[in-house]
Amino acid sequence: MTKKIKNLNLNFGPQHPAAHGVLRLILELDGEVVEKADPHIGLLHRGTEKLIENKTYMQAVPYFDRLDYVAPMNQEHAFALAIEKILNIDVPIRAQYIRVIFCEIGRILSHILNVTTQALDVGALTPSLWGFEERETLMTFYERASGSRLHANYFRAGGVHQDLPAGLEDDIAKFCETFPKIINDLENLLTDNRIFKQRNVDIGIVTKQDALDYSFTGVMIRGSGVPWDLRKSQPYDCYDQLEFKIPVGKNGDCYDRYLCRIEEMKESVSIIKQCLSKMEKGPIKTYDGKISPPSKKELKQSMEALIHHFKLFTEGYRVPKDEIYTAVEAPKGEFGVYLISDGSSKPYKCKIRAPGFSHLQSMDYLIKGHMLADVPAVLGSLDIVFGEVDR
Amino acid sequence: MENLDNLEKRINSELTTKIKKTELKHNQIYIEINKDDLLDVIIFLKTDKNTKFKQLIDITAVDFPENNERFKIVYMFLSHEFNQRIVVSYFISENEVVPSLTAIFPSANWMEREVFDMYGVSFKDHPDLRRILTDYGFEGHPLRKDFPLTGHTEVRYSEENKKVVIEPVKLEQNYRSFDYESPWEGTKYIKEQTESNDKKN
Repeated sequence: MTKKIKNLNLNFGPQHPAAHGVLRLILELDGEVVEKADPHIGLLHRGTEKLIENKTYMQAVPYFDRLDYVAPMNQEHAFALAIEKILNIDVPIRAQYIRVIFCEIGRILSHILNVTTQALDVGALTPSLWGFEERETLMTFYERASGSRLHANYFRAGGVHQDLPAGLEDDIAKFCETFPKIINDLENLLTDNRIFKQRNVDIGIVTKQDALDYSFTGVMIRGSGVPWDLRKSQPYDCYDQLEFKIPVGKNGDCYDRYLCRIEEMKESVSIIKQCLSKMEKGPIKTYDGKISPPSKKELKQSMEALIHHFKLFTEGYRVPKDEIYTAVEAPKGEFGVYLISDGSSKPYKCKIRAPGFSHLQSMDYLIKGHMLADVPAVLGSLDIVFGEVDR
Repeated sequence: MENLDNLEKRINSELTTKIKKTELKHNQIYIEINKDDLLDVIIFLKTDKNTKFKQLIDITAVDFPENNERFKIVYMFLSHEFNQRIVVSYFISENEVVPSLTAIFPSANWMEREVFDMYGVSFKDHPDLRRILTDYGFEGHPLRKDFPLTGHTEVRYSEENKKVVIEPVKLEQNYRSFDYESPWEGTKYIKEQTESNDKKN
């Protein structure tokens, strides 16, 4: 007599801590082996693109902080660059260095979160406790520059909102001296850890071809051995004046992606150090009064500054009719903004290309044939943040 | 990125009539094609040894409600070998069905689902054309220009029914959109571009 065996359908999330947010993953299981994975996303959809169409360019910046909320300024960077290219304005060199410093801080923020929580998913508690202390320090840097730990709203078309407060540069330099030791500590806990390796080596392998087919970018494609980094290949701001290496993986498994992230953090520290040593005093945003608001002092004395101020904060600056796609290397991959301007002060269309969206899409392909216990390991190494996937 | 001119020439000479318009700007190439030639053009761009646009970056649509051909469908590709980007676009009217790219690029799957969800454009031969970002049972296509910013419905937990209920949106104050554009001559301050545009018109 034969018995009919039915596959089991399992709901992973949307309230599961290892789902890294509000992911509802419907798994079809044959025993403990995953046959099919169907991610349901959109539980955090806020209609960012629609909202941006109804706001002026300056009012749209804060929405970018709320996409990938563990590395806010990297996203603002893409939007600022897109507007600058259309308006054809130059950014003062000090502002470029400030932006690069904060983008690299964002990269470290994001990678600490990802490395340590992925370790947490596979059973290691300590790394997250050590790593989050450093994240807190970095977020105070964010706070001192922009006034806010997370939702910075700091980058502007043509520069940054204000100059760094006194002493911040020294404190970031001090952090650059102490942080490599923390990375070493994390590596001591994880890199040769037997359990960590058993859970990650040879899990979720991505071949070069599949990395291209599934639109992988960032660590996901570098982990598979493709040396592709927009900071090198299509440099923006002052990245072409800085020296840094692009760590590349060999096998394309979860463990290689972990190693890439660790190495990238070390590179980021070196980039920040170079910026700090090269930075000089100077303007931090463009002088064009039609785009950046006047200083408080000017406002008291100059009629023209007063008019500019009024027009900038009511109508906003106008952007000529154009179409552009701009991308930056965000911590998670290629973050792009496709902007259509129509000559008014509001974007006609602003499509946000989030790296996590294409990464999560490949979940079915990545997890097929793996055990249920590998799902959090793979999901963790994809580096998903729902703010940007759902938009 | 130096070879953009060569690329433009090559695309024009190989695809000739299939290309309606090419434009070089911002270090990228923007081309407009006919809808029916989409698959041919994409396969050429992906496989030709001088283009090799092997990675699909994104698919999106733009709504122009006043046009006869209402939607502009936009595809962005990246070539790692030549470090080039291309943006391919074409216009369709409201009820036209568009060929799907899923057979050529697996990653087109979710991108096309998103366009379907946000704009209501259907894709032919798509394996799994469901809504993706909006709620289960959602109606309408939010990124169309005629969809109101505040939406049509809102949800709340009803204590009486002990479940989440969907109701029409009730706002204390209607959404207001102020017109700040200057009633005077206006600002011609974005110097060269606006002037040159004016001359063309």
